[in-house]
Amino acid sequence: MNHLPLIVKREYLTKVKNKSFIVMTFLSPLIMIALIAVVAYLSQLNNDKKRTISVLDETGYLKDVFQNTENTTYNNLSDFSLEEAMTLVKETEEYGLLHIDKVDSLDEVSKNIKFYSEESPSLTVISGIERKIEKRLREMKLQKDGVTLAQIEASKTNVDITQESFDGEKTSKIDNIIKLAFGGIAGYLLFMFIIIYGNMIMRSVIEEKTSRIIEVIISSVKPVQLMMGKIIGTSLAGVTQFAIWVVLGGVLMVVVSAIFGIDMSQASSQQQEIMNQAMQAEGTQAIAESILNGINNLPILNLVIAFIFFFIGGYLLYSSLYAAIGAAVDNETDTQQFMLPILMPLILAVYVGVFTVIEDPHGTVSTVFSFIPLTSPVVMLMRIPFGVPPWQQVLSLLLLIGSFMFAVWFAAKIYRVGILMYGKKPTYKELFKWLKY
Amino acid sequence: MNDLLVADSVSKNFGNFKALNQVSIAVPKGSIFGLLGPNGAGKTTLIRIINQITMPDEGTVQLDGQPLKPEHIRDIGYLPEERGLYKSMKVGEQALYLAQLKGMAKSEAKTRLKYWFDKLEIGDWWNKKIQELSKGQAQKIQFVVTVLHKPKLLIFDEPFSGFDPINANLIKDEILQLRDDGATVIFSTHRMESVEELCDHIALLDKSKKILDGKLNDIKRQFKTNTFEVGLQSNNSNAVLTEIKDKFEVLPATFKNLNDDIKMNVKIDDSISSNDLLSFLASKAEVHHFVEVIPTANDIFIETVKNN
Repeated sequence: MNHLPLIVKREYLTKVKNKSFIVMTFLSPLIMIALIAVVAYLSQLNNDKKRTISVLDETGYLKDVFQNTENTTYNNLSDFSLEEAMTLVKETEEYGLLHIDKVDSLDEVSKNIKFYSEESPSLTVISGIERKIEKRLREMKLQKDGVTLAQIEASKTNVDITQESFDGEKTSKIDNIIKLAFGGIAGYLLFMFIIIYGNMIMRSVIEEKTSRIIEVIISSVKPVQLMMGKIIGTSLAGVTQFAIWVVLGGVLMVVVSAIFGIDMSQASSQQQEIMNQAMQAEGTQAIAESILNGINNLPILNLVIAFIFFFIGGYLLYSSLYAAIGAAVDNETDTQQFMLPILMPLILAVYVGVFTVIEDPHGTVSTVFSFIPLTSPVVMLMRIPFGVPPWQQVLSLLLLIGSFMFAVWFAAKIYRVGILMYGKKPTYKELFKWLKY
Repeated sequence: MNDLLVADSVSKNFGNFKALNQVSIAVPKGSIFGLLGPNGAGKTTLIRIINQITMPDEGTVQLDGQPLKPEHIRDIGYLPEERGLYKSMKVGEQALYLAQLKGMAKSEAKTRLKYWFDKLEIGDWWNKKIQELSKGQAQKIQFVVTVLHKPKLLIFDEPFSGFDPINANLIKDEILQLRDDGATVIFSTHRMESVEELCDHIALLDKSKKILDGKLNDIKRQFKTNTFEVGLQSNNSNAVLTEIKDKFEVLPATFKNLNDDIKMNVKIDDSISSNDLLSFLASKAEVHHFVEVIPTANDIFIETVKNN
């Protein structure tokens, strides 16, 4: 008798109709958006702060380096002594005083610059000033050696290496960033999905145990069927919730940015400056084009197919383990000791994905971890945008399916025995014994 | 074929622990079969094997002449001792779900649920959640769900726990009714008075083995000790007592009554009939109380388990 559809339906409906599930479904995007909005708003606040910096340049070399910007006003105090300047800055509560001491030669200027302030100044402000001074000093030194300003300007070069495979496939840095983004999103999505809905499956198994309905149910259906029904039903509920989150999140994002006028790209003026520099180099048009190109260059079909298979495979593998844990224990507090071995490979996978795949998508570490079943879904999903040979993908998938079937067998064994065990917390040794019952 | 269920030399081990050791039982059709035994004797394991929740290591189980197979789930209704319902699910929904798991069509299940709910006067619970009901009320739902698909074999493990006396009686009557309608019942309990009331066959398990089985009446006859409760009235009780003690084995009385001067149990051997005893007593004093001591299920249980 196949009761699977019936069980899936019940599990799905129970989850979806659950009050806290509904609340979380509709509240989470709101909270997320609110959080983003608050962060964006705060950083904007921070950047809007006007600061005045007084400059006491006793050398006279750097007087026209400091031009007022939107947020920073430079105050020239060349006519004062250091003591006077310091008292003045302190009294007027300015941001700080930049003092360039009188020196004999150009070479010594760099060693005799000090910044006085009440509180330690922000790193970005200091490094900004440093950049400005370095640029001017370099120019002056070059000019001293007879190089004209025009020549210096002309010597500035921007190198953007065009990458091309032997097959003539072109890639660029932006391509790589896009690949990373796609792989990262896919891997992270799987990670989140496993953690959230794996836990949900575990709780629902524990609930059946604590409410003592389990024996009634398994006198009608096979434990494996019940377990699979639970996993599938919960996943469907998860997909529903995710879909609602994506749609709702998108809509809210648009609404919020329309109402508050927070342009996310303008969140930080420093970043904007860098962006602007990059834009000037290549032109906005060119960047947009290469982004589009990058997306076009992605192995989209491969990506979609691999995503579906690795996502399902990885999720099923982990959720059957979660179900087994649920069956082995009586209550949620007892799950801790068994959670660690599950979370470890999952976290490892994300670390490998984030640190190693970015560095070297086809290196030994990345390749090996994209074959090990417990880490392969996340790591492989991150590697695929960089182009993985089909045989590797297929082999990894076969390994994943194989270990998924093993995990289901293993989980079903634990499940069969565990769901009827009450009262004591099992040890690993006992779990091993259950396999033989 | 008069036996609905036959278990033949069933054994089950959990690791090194022998839960069942060569246990054979035969449950006659239309009987109420008491499966008795102290805690940990193996009753639940046997019941789970019958329900195909656990597989036996050795031995076979046949239902209606066929070896157990997955389809037989429909023919069995099982009320486990560890029982419960989904707390946040509505009564009606839940009963329908469990009925469908037993292979019933939804519409049929609905009709039959209506019938049972009306019969037990719980119709207005349909849209309530289980957590809103009391324990006894939830037990009623559980009972209905167990019998709903009209199984040939009903297995009740401590069916009366959690019920007040009125509802326990109600359920007892329903069980008897189901038996009269043709169902066979396996009944596991520690409450010997309900065994006395309901069972016509029993099997007694202890330490993983079956140590006794048969018709309850036969077993009682077998455990009879030819002992009689005797209550007499006499003006000369001490003399009478001495005379009886000379002739028969006298034991302390195990019964209570109001105004007899002499109360005792008298045990006779096979050479003497009860009539002989009675006429002897009648010649000595006025007989007010004369009853053969029939061992109760409780006595049999305790004695057998102790001697094992």
